[in-house]
Amino acid sequence: MKFAVLVFPGSNCDIDMYHAIKDELGEEVEYVWHTETSLEGFDGALVPGGFSYGDYLRCGAMANQSNIMKALKEFAAQGKPVLGVCNGFQILTEAGLLPGALLRNKNLKFMCRTVQLKVENNNTLFTNQYEANEIIDIPIAHGEGNYYCDEETLESLKANNQIAFTYSGDNPNGSLADIAGIINEQGNVLGMMPHPERAANEIVGGADGLKLFKSILKQWGEQHVNK
Amino acid sequence: MSTNNFEPTAEQIKEQRLYADMGMTDAEYDLAVEKLGGRKPNWTEIGLFSVMWSEHCSYKKSKPVLRKFPTKGPQVLQGPGEGAGIVDIGDEQAVVFKMESHNHPSAIEPYQGAATGVGGIIRDVFSMGARPIAMLNSLRFGELKSARGKYLFEEVVAGIAGYGNCIGIPTVGGEIQFDPCYEGNPLVNAMCVGLIDHKDIQKGVAAGVGNTVMYVGAKTGRDGIHGATFSSEELSEEADEKRSAVQVGDPFMEKLLLEACLEVVKSDALVGIQDMGAAGLTSSSAEMASKAGTGVEMNLDLVPQRETNMTAYEMMLSESQERMLIVVKAGREEEIKAIFEKYDLDAVAVGRVTDDKMLRLLHKGEVVAEVLADALAEDAPVYNMPDAEPAYFAEFQAMENAEPAVTDYKETLTALLKAPTVASKEWVYDQYDHQVRTNTVVKPGSDAAVLRVRGTNKGLAMTTDCNSRYIYLDPETGGKIAVAEAARNVVCSGGEPLAITDCLNFGNPEKPEIFWQIQKSADGIAAACLALNAPVIGGNVSMYNERSGEAVYPTPTIGMVGLIKDLSHVTTQEVKAAGDYVYLIGETQTEFGGSELQKLVEGAISGKAPAIDLEVEAARQAALLTAIRDGLVQSAHDVSEGGVAVALAEKTFAAQELGVNVTLQGSATTALFAESQSRFIVTVKAENAASFEAVVADAKKIGTVTDDAKITINGEKGTLVEGTVEEFRSAWKGAIPCLLKSEA
Repeated sequence: MKFAVLVFPGSNCDIDMYHAIKDELGEEVEYVWHTETSLEGFDGALVPGGFSYGDYLRCGAMANQSNIMKALKEFAAQGKPVLGVCNGFQILTEAGLLPGALLRNKNLKFMCRTVQLKVENNNTLFTNQYEANEIIDIPIAHGEGNYYCDEETLESLKANNQIAFTYSGDNPNGSLADIAGIINEQGNVLGMMPHPERAANEIVGGADGLKLFKSILKQWGEQHVNK
Repeated sequence: MSTNNFEPTAEQIKEQRLYADMGMTDAEYDLAVEKLGGRKPNWTEIGLFSVMWSEHCSYKKSKPVLRKFPTKGPQVLQGPGEGAGIVDIGDEQAVVFKMESHNHPSAIEPYQGAATGVGGIIRDVFSMGARPIAMLNSLRFGELKSARGKYLFEEVVAGIAGYGNCIGIPTVGGEIQFDPCYEGNPLVNAMCVGLIDHKDIQKGVAAGVGNTVMYVGAKTGRDGIHGATFSSEELSEEADEKRSAVQVGDPFMEKLLLEACLEVVKSDALVGIQDMGAAGLTSSSAEMASKAGTGVEMNLDLVPQRETNMTAYEMMLSESQERMLIVVKAGREEEIKAIFEKYDLDAVAVGRVTDDKMLRLLHKGEVVAEVLADALAEDAPVYNMPDAEPAYFAEFQAMENAEPAVTDYKETLTALLKAPTVASKEWVYDQYDHQVRTNTVVKPGSDAAVLRVRGTNKGLAMTTDCNSRYIYLDPETGGKIAVAEAARNVVCSGGEPLAITDCLNFGNPEKPEIFWQIQKSADGIAAACLALNAPVIGGNVSMYNERSGEAVYPTPTIGMVGLIKDLSHVTTQEVKAAGDYVYLIGETQTEFGGSELQKLVEGAISGKAPAIDLEVEAARQAALLTAIRDGLVQSAHDVSEGGVAVALAEKTFAAQELGVNVTLQGSATTALFAESQSRFIVTVKAENAASFEAVVADAKKIGTVTDDAKITINGEKGTLVEGTVEEFRSAWKGAIPCLLKSEA
């Protein structure tokens, strides 16, 4: 499977995403600079964390105007897997690929710590390797991770099982309904504030995030065989 | 030679002694005239002299002190003098690091002061061609009692976080101490560690006559003018008026500059590269020419400008951030430009390398300055300052070591754990992204931070340390302790000290008693560096840390990096398993001078600093490191502020459901809280006890790790301290958030 790691000016978790795929998952991966116009040849797209365009204007808003985003929207429409983490999640909401928005943390401070997540839906392209309701340890590092959407959207997220992860126990940032990660209706786009790519190797902060990448790989493998 | 009509003339500068406002003495003015061959400097030129001859840029008062430091060793690839020092770590790789202060700006504008301190030290590291991999810091504040004190603390932390998080370099460690002497003059020292392949090492040289000088990065504005001068004088009551001398940072811009520069260093078109830090365009151009023995001519009309109608003086003295000066082989400017264009950055040819050793500046068609580069850089004046032993020293030395009065040991331990210097710094490092780039093996909160070197099985241990109370009481002993403690932290983490960088924060060196502190602490640092085989590879001097005449404690902060040869050697401080033996390594004496307990009980510090024997220190560290490398040690922690009791408590805080039960010999207050040096507490599996004791001869078994999540410390006559880990942990964890919330 071949992954693209999108790189915007100010992305800084691109290297983490790249090495999680290359070193821990053992799959192909390439960086794709924001000026590119095509994702042809890639089987999955990863939108990394960081501070694209310095978070100026609004987190993710400037990145959404990049050339590559048109290609990403087409890529997502084709049903191919798209994962946005942290700033990547913010970009996906700005792009309208996922509903809702990320507000400032309730304590108004950046926070970096490992939190517990509950796998709310293990029947997705991104979570099939987890047990239902499994509790996993994943690091967060963000200043604006407070997920918000209107009531109607929240109801539909629940009704469609689009809530992939919630914060278990302590809700660090004030997210609505403890939401840590959501998928789109089609189920091929996941956005989450916690960093699974930072939890892909025991020596640097645990390995609970690795199953997320293995889930993508498994699903792709099955589809590939079926074809 | 022309002068702007609105600027004072060369005659007015002399007659009205306008140079004095820029921090120059009459003698220095005369020397500048001499360097110009008898010609009186114009406004732009006097500006160049004043910033380059400021203490901040020239080290004119500290150079004789810096010469005391050992700077060589087989591991040292680059010692002091460049952007940052470089140390070999094998496999054709090297580690690059440096620490720098941003004290005065942070006292005035704490967020931007701290943020630009971070930005500046990062540039120093990547200007060497290295990829920055970690940040550390060392901070000093008042005691979090006043509203202003809390504001400074919160904003400095926010500024460090804001810059470091955005640029994507993890802030992995540091230290913070609180004392009233820092109330009006906080210290903000930032350290950056980078990684480089030997073949990519760059220097800041303007070599090759005819080569092109290019300006890259952010545009020049009027911010930070005379920042270097401002940091070379005491803070006064009117210091807030100097806010315009504080720069404003843009970490996004620096992220782009960082990535572009790291691409450029791979090009053989690049000849030299230097950060525009203090004294901006002036220092970078003059120093690059001086180091190469060449001259530089620049046309200031070509300098990218953020504001209109900037004068030559303003452009040359601006300390706008996120800029670099590079020298490129003639004819290859376009390929360099293309790299910067990818990141939407300016890269403009502004001048060329000449053979006449002059720094020559053109503006609007006229020569506005013409000064020998050496006169500004290498040939800056050097002063041997008079020193005098302050009266307090003899007084303190004459005092007998005595125990502060303690009645309730448990209450005292709790109070010590709540002292902000000892208390958990989680409130701080929770705001720092300490994991980005996924190399962080040991996060903030243990003795030293540890990063893996990706693609190898090696690690780097890094720490910052300085107990300034000891240094105030006895600068030489305290200087030794600062280096020794840094080394202890590295060793406890499984590393071998490689080298240090230092940030020498002192009061006004023109006061002989202050200069004595500088001299003596440098003697101590130098001795410890030799004993522990950790040469000084660079650093920074910050003097004039005084507010309204009150100096801070002498605070020469040590930043140390050590090599962990195999990641399996990585050791952390928390206890690991019930049944493991607890050992105390080293002797405990009645030593409370400058201790946390003395401060708590008596409200002030006095007496002798704890004694240190560097031979004992070195031998003990070597023995412990051997035991760690032999796989005999489960956890290791040095004994520092608050003594054995605090160290034991800290060893339980990060552990899950474990406790300790130990018995200490001797007088209870001393056994629990004395701050005798060269001590460690380690835990060892029972089956390894004999092997461990054979390697670390002066280790004494004091107890065991328990599964009851309790801390029990017994003395000769019964239990001294008993309580749950949770009650001590919550006191320790909650202290700083509680202080910040309380009303001033």
